[in-house]
Amino acid sequence: MTLARDQVTHVAMLARLGLSDEEVERYRQQLDTILAHVDRLQQVDTSKVAETAQIGGLVNAWREDVRGECLPVEKALANAPKRRRDHFEVGAIQE
Amino acid sequence: MAHADAAAGARGDGDAVMTATSAVSTLDQVMQRWEPVIGLEVHGQLLTQSKMFCGCSADYIGSPPNSNTCPVCLGLPGMLPVMNRVAIEYTVRSALALNCEIPEHSKFDRKNYFYPDLPKGYQISQWDMPLSLNGHLTFTVDGEEVRCGITRVHLEEDTGTLQHAGDILQQARSSVVDLNRAGVPLMEIVGEPDLRTPAQAREYLVRLRQILVYIGVNDGNLEQGSFRCDANISLRKYGDTGLGVKVEVKNMNSFRAVQRALEFEIVRQGRLLDQGQTIAQETRGWVEAKGATISQRSKEYAHDYRYFPEPDLPPLHLSAEFVDRVRAALPELPQQLAERLQREHGLSAYDAANLTAEREDARAFEALVAAGVPAKVAANWLMGEVARLARETRIPLQGSGLGLEGLASLIKLVEAGTINGSTAKELLEELYLAGGDPAAAVRERGLGQVSDQAELERLVDAVIAENPAAVADFQGGKEQALQRLVGGVMKATRGRADAKVVTGLLRERLAS
Repeated sequence: MTLARDQVTHVAMLARLGLSDEEVERYRQQLDTILAHVDRLQQVDTSKVAETAQIGGLVNAWREDVRGECLPVEKALANAPKRRRDHFEVGAIQE
Repeated sequence: MAHADAAAGARGDGDAVMTATSAVSTLDQVMQRWEPVIGLEVHGQLLTQSKMFCGCSADYIGSPPNSNTCPVCLGLPGMLPVMNRVAIEYTVRSALALNCEIPEHSKFDRKNYFYPDLPKGYQISQWDMPLSLNGHLTFTVDGEEVRCGITRVHLEEDTGTLQHAGDILQQARSSVVDLNRAGVPLMEIVGEPDLRTPAQAREYLVRLRQILVYIGVNDGNLEQGSFRCDANISLRKYGDTGLGVKVEVKNMNSFRAVQRALEFEIVRQGRLLDQGQTIAQETRGWVEAKGATISQRSKEYAHDYRYFPEPDLPPLHLSAEFVDRVRAALPELPQQLAERLQREHGLSAYDAANLTAEREDARAFEALVAAGVPAKVAANWLMGEVARLARETRIPLQGSGLGLEGLASLIKLVEAGTINGSTAKELLEELYLAGGDPAAAVRERGLGQVSDQAELERLVDAVIAENPAAVADFQGGKEQALQRLVGGVMKATRGRADAKVVTGLLRERLAS
């Protein structure tokens, strides 16, 4: 499998990454290698293995519906790049 | 050039006027040629104490901005979400009420996109293994039974809220984010495209909301957005089985808005199709003030969500015992309750539907009947005067000063003949907010009905003596003159006489 350049730029756009032309080519090759490895894994016969998304063995790891403590507002906003009073501030969102 | 513009403008205006004055017939005309295909997606916040994956309070409305947050719902590095068992149970309860199957295995997935109200850069949702599948909801519209399939009911987390702040004078252009709502358990109910008219869509929503409120999982508030709806709508030729290009409509925050937005879309799409144009697959927002849907510039690749299994949450294995236990605890559903009220208390279908629209009304009805009030009498009071007062004061009976017990004793005073209907209505009006014991008020203020026969006869004779003209009119054949005499007696008793008894006495006296 060969990954196309526009697939790389598409994924970069989704991840909000601005890549230079050289970077697109460099990541294209790296991702290609990763995908080739996955292709190899795909060849393993798994017809007798149940499909699963996890192998940790845990199921129904839930908690009771009890309120716990929250962060003080000052702490919650401590890493905000911008804030306005007790809100996070972001560039204008026009819907 | 200017001339051509003016002509085009005039044509445009004429078109607008025609639209405004013949909107109904236009909708009808379009619907004669094109069959609407409508499917609804409903989101409902679950009434849990804490959020979906952390212990922060889920009560985001009553809290100062960003005060209900923690590393999990802020999406800080190293956090670990843990699912809320009650949210899972509420979703299963809702799915069972909607006749869904509950697969043994389900899991959560990450839905990836960037937006400022989504701190993690992904929403935890469910993709290919949701908590439930294949349900349906049946209801009646204009005498016709409608069955709408439910594709799935799944669980996810709500986003934060964005406000478009900024001082207009300074032309500051920024938005602010409150993450109190981020992570509140949100149930999504995906309906099949089985609805064919805006009225069906509205009734589906009304019924769905009623069920969720009845089973105690959602507060059903469309205005505040704890119950919200998006609609997919396309048109096709009657007889076609394929689907046309669908448009997604958002921003409808009332049942009426849903119906109006769908009606608007049917006309808009129908006209385009009639002109041989194609429909753009897009998202449109309903703008209440304009009574129109407006295209929302959709960002390229906006729907490329790259779902993958949430690695931080182990899968769910819901046993048959778990599901049976939730099913056994399912409260009586509105339709079952309405049928039972008809069966047990002889109510009409209309009265039963009316009284079961809100769970509290049905509870009040059953309490009144249990207190000894005849069923039809209880239904009439609740659907009439009490409903009116609840609407006017915006306070339900159960929260009023009078309360259920007060209402029961008031109605019993009427039933026993102690007070008449109009006195009871006045007392209800007075005590509804203020509260107080109706029986005591009747005693203290002498509101009891005048039932002493001798006293009534004396008053009737006095009124006859004082109104010779009315007596002559009546005896001369003018039946309505009797009302003047009845009115005289009622006035003399300050409205406390039984009008029927007075009428009877007057006829007796004037006949002899």
